[in-house]
Amino acid sequence: MKQISVQQITETVRRLCIEANVLLPDDVRRALDKAAQTEKGATARGVLADIIENYQRAERLEMPICQDTGTACVFVELGQQVEIVGGLLSDAINEGVAQGYIDGYLRKSVVSDPLDRVNTKDNTPAMITYDIVEGDSLTITVSPKGGGCENMCRIAMLKPADGVEGVKAFVLEAVEKAGPNPCPPIIVGVGIGGNFDKVAALSKKALLRSIDEPNPNEYYAKLEAELLDSINALGIGPQGFGGGTTALGVNIEYAPTHIAQLPCAVNISCHVTRHKTAVL
Amino acid sequence: MKKKITTPFTAEQAKGLKAGDQVLVSGVIYTARDAAHKRLVDLIAAGEPLPCDFTDGIIYYAGPAPAKPGMPIGSAGPTTSYRMDSYAPTLMKKAGLRGMIGKGLRSQEVVDCIVSESGCYFAAIGGAGALLASTVKSCEVIAYPDLQSEAIHRLEVEDFPAVVVIDCQGNDLYKIGREEYLKSVK
Repeated sequence: MKQISVQQITETVRRLCIEANVLLPDDVRRALDKAAQTEKGATARGVLADIIENYQRAERLEMPICQDTGTACVFVELGQQVEIVGGLLSDAINEGVAQGYIDGYLRKSVVSDPLDRVNTKDNTPAMITYDIVEGDSLTITVSPKGGGCENMCRIAMLKPADGVEGVKAFVLEAVEKAGPNPCPPIIVGVGIGGNFDKVAALSKKALLRSIDEPNPNEYYAKLEAELLDSINALGIGPQGFGGGTTALGVNIEYAPTHIAQLPCAVNISCHVTRHKTAVL
Repeated sequence: MKKKITTPFTAEQAKGLKAGDQVLVSGVIYTARDAAHKRLVDLIAAGEPLPCDFTDGIIYYAGPAPAKPGMPIGSAGPTTSYRMDSYAPTLMKKAGLRGMIGKGLRSQEVVDCIVSESGCYFAAIGGAGALLASTVKSCEVIAYPDLQSEAIHRLEVEDFPAVVVIDCQGNDLYKIGREEYLKSVK
């Protein structure tokens, strides 16, 4: 068994929270830079130029790209040959989130009770997803997700008869209804299959994959490309002011499902789609 | 050509703006989000005084990130406006609020109110918090510090960039901009 201490985990999560909020991932940068060159709408080009200047400024000044530094969504892949020593894994993660959000001057956006609504003042608890995997390493990804775009996510329990056309229509409907609200250009994570709860997790997981990297299954890769074209034909454009860049990417994750079901989840993410990973 | 706006933001200034106009706002604006709006509207309902004067004022739907040492404010972009739709008409009609800066769609009730009260709804670029923060010269919490980032902040801004989305004739840039783009690529 390989031993990993809770101190190591806390320090790693602390660092990942700060870096994820300040440094925009390269795939999103490339997509924004490319869109700024190909966009046909004049207003849209101006918006894209400002968005690019913003992420550059955030990096230069080491300040968050967006003031909504999100809930800290933490994805953990824990190798079966790893022993966590010195405390509980989830406590160590939450301690890292608290330290990162306080030391990094990140916004604390979590309330302890959805109805009573008192701020927890350190952005905990994190939204943690655990996966037990092979091997002796611990992979931690921190992906802060803003509230504005998260509010635009949707789930449909489609019928098997709805098929791929039903999936396409639902994705387009979700993007259309979101309109300018989720800070387009957006990245769209789509989950297909599983069940009600699993499909939501799939759609979130889809956002962790680079938008340069199509689905390894050719059928789904084609569907991703087709959906991206259809979304960009809607004309919503950057910030909803009109234009050809409504989305920068569409990523699909799929899973086995029940004979009666075709669940579909659409996780809409803003142009500040952030994540940072470390392997211990 | 960007139009300059200096607060107080009067009806005359609002009447001179059209959906799609790019503006630079200078002067004092106040931040308020969901929680602060609820408290303000509750005060109005109870007939009690507000913590600041919103007459010819502009509210910025924003909850800034904490300021790093030596800076007036942290990242400070807009939040999504529709969550304030149920409160905005009361503030416009009862407290004299004239301008709102946020992002995203508004309800028909808010649009009607912008028309009847000669107001204006602006959008700032969502997700451009680092860029927008550079136009903030000073920032002070003037009410509800217990709400943390949701407290009401008094911001002094200089050339804060925004776009007129809904003007006082009820024109909506989100509809017009999209239609024009789609027509241009047909």
